Amino acid sequence: MVMLFQQILNGLTLGSVYSLVALGLTLIYGILHIPNFSHGALYMVGAYFAYYLAGSLGVPYWGAMVGAAAVVALLAMASERLVFRPLRDAPVLHDMIAAIGLLLFLEAVVQAIWGADFHRLQSPHTQIVHLFGLVAPVQRLLIVAAAFALMLALHLFLQRTVMGSTIIALAQDREGAALVGIDASRVSLLTFAISGALAAVAAVLFAPISLVYPAMGDLVILKAFVIIILGGMGSLPGAILGGMVIGFAESFGAFYVSTDYKDIIAFALFVLIMSVRPSGLFPGGVR
Amino acid sequence: MRRLLPLAALAAALLFPVAAPNEYYLYVAALAFIMAISATGLNLILGYAGQLNLAHAGFMAIGAYTVGILTVDDGVPYWAAFALAGVIATVMGVLAGLVSLRLKSHFFAIFTLCVGLILSLVIEKWSGLTHGTTGLIGLQAPAPIGPIRFDTTEAQYYLVLGFLVAALWLMHRITGSLVGRGFVAVRNGEDLARALGIDAFRTKLLAFALSAFYAGISGALYAGFVRFVGPDLASEGHTFDMLAFILVGGIGTLGGPLIGAILLTILTQSLQFLQDFRMIVFGPLLILLVIFFPHGIVGSIRLRRARRAAWTAGRKVRAHA
Repeated sequence: MVMLFQQILNGLTLGSVYSLVALGLTLIYGILHIPNFSHGALYMVGAYFAYYLAGSLGVPYWGAMVGAAAVVALLAMASERLVFRPLRDAPVLHDMIAAIGLLLFLEAVVQAIWGADFHRLQSPHTQIVHLFGLVAPVQRLLIVAAAFALMLALHLFLQRTVMGSTIIALAQDREGAALVGIDASRVSLLTFAISGALAAVAAVLFAPISLVYPAMGDLVILKAFVIIILGGMGSLPGAILGGMVIGFAESFGAFYVSTDYKDIIAFALFVLIMSVRPSGLFPGGVR
Repeated sequence: MRRLLPLAALAAALLFPVAAPNEYYLYVAALAFIMAISATGLNLILGYAGQLNLAHAGFMAIGAYTVGILTVDDGVPYWAAFALAGVIATVMGVLAGLVSLRLKSHFFAIFTLCVGLILSLVIEKWSGLTHGTTGLIGLQAPAPIGPIRFDTTEAQYYLVLGFLVAALWLMHRITGSLVGRGFVAVRNGEDLARALGIDAFRTKLLAFALSAFYAGISGALYAGFVRFVGPDLASEGHTFDMLAFILVGGIGTLGGPLIGAILLTILTQSLQFLQDFRMIVFGPLLILLVIFFPHGIVGSIRLRRARRAAWTAGRKVRAHA
């Protein structure tokens, strides 16, 4: 029972982090129809920047999170302006190559500044909660709570505000959106800023219970891709649901199968599902 | 001119050991050639058949590990292991292709990225077979063929050069054949190709298998030349190096990958401090290339020649009218 609860909590934490990253990825896919391979680098830069703010400048944890989110949002906007907009009319292949170029560039820059070593981002929430004989680290509970709060905020923003609806409108029909006076360039910038901030927050939430290193985004971004393909490219509920599926698969897989191969579980599951159903679990998204 | 240029390049490559100041130059050049063979294979699936296969380094690692494991742990003769490396990489390529090629464009790219990651994770974790993160040490140089021995860098350079020439010649034959035209037809428009009676899936699968074969052979050469095989070989950064070679030289051209491999090797060698941080230069370089110079060196030359031909032809037509 206790072990089961432990695995469920692990699955929820992993799932929350993956969902946040996948949400940003799927938002960009909905707008631009490109797989943004550089998204994982934004996640990694977010963790490093928070590490810098908290470790070197002594900014409190939550302040560092806000700072990292702002910086990564700006970085994401810059990447839209400088890399993806000039490639708007180029073949998809070129976008993908440019995105990988950006990913490896950011990784190399971070490695040049902070080195290839592992770092740890300290969180002030190291307490452990005891409830009904069950044990739960506060940081994990915070991850789940913060992630769900963010998802709710994103949902309300997209559904209830004019600015949010412009994103949905652009994802539904680019020309139609232009006809009713939506500025596609501005909405693209906004989407990149939101997705960058989501990635940074996910990284800062997860960093205290994992490690900070240059390649930390690689696995996360790949899992996020797996998630949005399974959940339907461009679908927000799909990203959240897919994130939870992968999170739980990994936490239970690590417990019941093998910790060594826990990172492969997500991909093996993906390869298996795609071999049987090449159109994903929930087809009907943009394809 | 068209026939002269490759022959001149070959002559220069043959004479290079005489002109090279020391052995290190030969070593670097041979390594660039090995990478060029692998990149030529990637260019087949990417440049000719239009599929971005991000698992390519994984197939090169399969070739290298086949040779490494068989010769070090099982005592199999080098050339037998070498042949098996090509076969196993091809078989793995067919298996991966059977699953991944059912997906289109970026779904394929993401899927192959996952395949590449699985390959490198398996190589890293399955230490019983692959020796894990320490890698395989103490590989032998390629065994002598008759009287020809390959224990000096110079001899190995010529061996690699021979394979490179064979690889390029084979690629030339493939891309010039009807099958090669089929690859290009699928790249330019899968539905159109299908309407012409081309089996798009089988065509792509063939391109995938051939590219994996190139990767396997190149990996086997790498194992015999560097005499060390580590899990780094399968990393996506390695696939990306080859992508850079192809883009600089010219995507979808025969000589492009080789020219790119040589130029970028010279660049990284002359900026030695860049070794670990080469992506700080390579990353933006690639972005600028796809934005401003997407055809690469060979592609741009070809495009200019085509434009000039069109212009002269147009003038002739106008003169007749």
